[in-house]
Amino acid sequence: MDCRHPRWAAAGFCFLVFVISVGRVFAQSALTAPSDLQVIDTPNDGGESLTVLWAPGPSDNPDARYEVLFGAASATDPAALKAIAEFPANTRYVKDAKTAWWTRKAEGTWHQYVIRNGKGVEMKNGTAYTVTVAMRKGEGRAVGPLLQATPSPNWFNWNQFNNLILALGFGGLVFYTISHAKRNNIFLRRIPGLDAVDEAIGRATELGKPILYLTGAHDMGDPSTIAAAVILGRVAKRTAAYETELMVPHREPITMAVCQEITKQAYLEAGKPDLFKEDSNFFITSDQFSYTAAVDGIMLRKKPAANFFMGSYFAESLLLTETGASTGAIQIAGTDSDHQLPFFVTTCDYTLIGEELYAASAYLSKEPIQIGTLRGQDIGKAVILSVILIGTVLATVGVATGGSWPQLFLDFFKDLK
Amino acid sequence: MIFLRRQLPLLITMITGLLFAGQYYVPHPSSELLLTSATKWLQIIGGFALVLGITSLFHQHAVKIRRQEAGWGYSLVLYAGMLVTLAAGALAKGKESLDGAMTGFGWVYSFMLVPLQGTMFAILAFFIASAAYRSFRARSREAAVLLVAAVIVMMGRVPLGEYLIPLSGDVSQWILNVLNASVRRAILIGVSLGAIALSFKIIFGVERSYLGGGKE
Repeated sequence: MDCRHPRWAAAGFCFLVFVISVGRVFAQSALTAPSDLQVIDTPNDGGESLTVLWAPGPSDNPDARYEVLFGAASATDPAALKAIAEFPANTRYVKDAKTAWWTRKAEGTWHQYVIRNGKGVEMKNGTAYTVTVAMRKGEGRAVGPLLQATPSPNWFNWNQFNNLILALGFGGLVFYTISHAKRNNIFLRRIPGLDAVDEAIGRATELGKPILYLTGAHDMGDPSTIAAAVILGRVAKRTAAYETELMVPHREPITMAVCQEITKQAYLEAGKPDLFKEDSNFFITSDQFSYTAAVDGIMLRKKPAANFFMGSYFAESLLLTETGASTGAIQIAGTDSDHQLPFFVTTCDYTLIGEELYAASAYLSKEPIQIGTLRGQDIGKAVILSVILIGTVLATVGVATGGSWPQLFLDFFKDLK
Repeated sequence: MIFLRRQLPLLITMITGLLFAGQYYVPHPSSELLLTSATKWLQIIGGFALVLGITSLFHQHAVKIRRQEAGWGYSLVLYAGMLVTLAAGALAKGKESLDGAMTGFGWVYSFMLVPLQGTMFAILAFFIASAAYRSFRARSREAAVLLVAAVIVMMGRVPLGEYLIPLSGDVSQWILNVLNASVRRAILIGVSLGAIALSFKIIFGVERSYLGGGKE
């Protein structure tokens, strides 16, 4: 064949154009629309949301893209719909969604896209909308069937069902251990920080100096502040018995009012109501560093013999405890703020770490009803440790054997959150 | 009276405690509305409680000034500062700037309060140094472990340290990601269980000492 001849060259060019055209037509016909498309109201939510589900297709690769089209219920033509999302065809699977496995509406290998309000989408509960999904690859586009769905709110979030079961189970366990503790003696390990409470109050009494008690940075809505207020009651009872001055500066007025009542009752129970001073609990300010400066000033001027730091703390923890340490006071801290624990451990004589703050009330009162709660917490911890251990073993076995069966158990544990 | 002082608060605590524990599981907008309304109520109660707080503050410092206790001059400064700020706030209608110009209230905030807060925070650096010095004297085995771990982490977290001891970066990451993270998680598990148990005790009236009053 002599290609230099113009006739042969023209024929070759025509053949090339033919091959490319046929190839493109073939490629377009190979593009398939999303199959088994479903549009449903998003389950377990507050409404104003729809979920689109469709089966994996043969063209699910990074070159192809899915397009989610959304519009009013009256739309019958895909051209009237608005493209609200576009993503590679090998992404957005049901298994990637942050929902528990028992609430999934399709297999994990299916595609899922959740349409929510915002970014050009405005949905109202009770109004129907038209949704479809198109597959795009190059110039080709295959649109799925147009489906309608109506968003509506739900009354229960089944994703959190395991959470509810666990909470109820743990609550039941706590009440069982309380009733058990009423009938039996339960061993309580020593907590040096709480044993030192009497020592600290005794020292303050001997020196004739006051005791400073702080309830932390949070308000009464926080369990750590409630725990701090409960411990204050026990400490106040002993300061009343020893006739030692108690100072409780506050950052929050409601906490101050509650602590005033607790202190008053403690003095009544100790048989020393005449020693109670209304202004032993006083408000300083809600501002973090202004409060810190004021309490540091109190420490330096009044030189309390014992400082108690209970509750939650932030950056002020070291400023408070280091000043207290410089005055030579015996310092006892108790906090659930794990980020501040190193500072307390470094600068205080005794530190109640995390849960010990919540155990303090039981430890100081020695009431069976309180001690029973601690047994419940210990059993709860044993359950969590067992779950962690079993999960670790199963994950290791799954990787070592390549088997898929451990994944079933791991999914179960993974969704226990 | 005992009903108003004991039973009624316990009843309110139980009902609201159960209601808002249940609210966590209900995604319906009316549930969200309930939470939002309760939050607003709390803000309003907090506003009224602030009056209690300020009354306490004024009373505390008035007594100090009257008795001329140690540091009573600071109480005078507090009174002066509070009154000047209140006056500046009232004049500026509580705004830090009006028509682009800084008000007296804004000036107090920007050039007095913020620098003072910054100063207090800056002191932290010196306090960390002194606390670290006392802790790292390696008097006990635990303190020695703390010292070694701290030196490795410090070296690994600054470019110069990692340049001098190249291995410190990886070792410090391991200390933070494995040792530190696992201990923190263990503490958090204990804290969470403790907080849940305390919440149960409060909701069902087992723990009542936060109300003041006896055990009846």
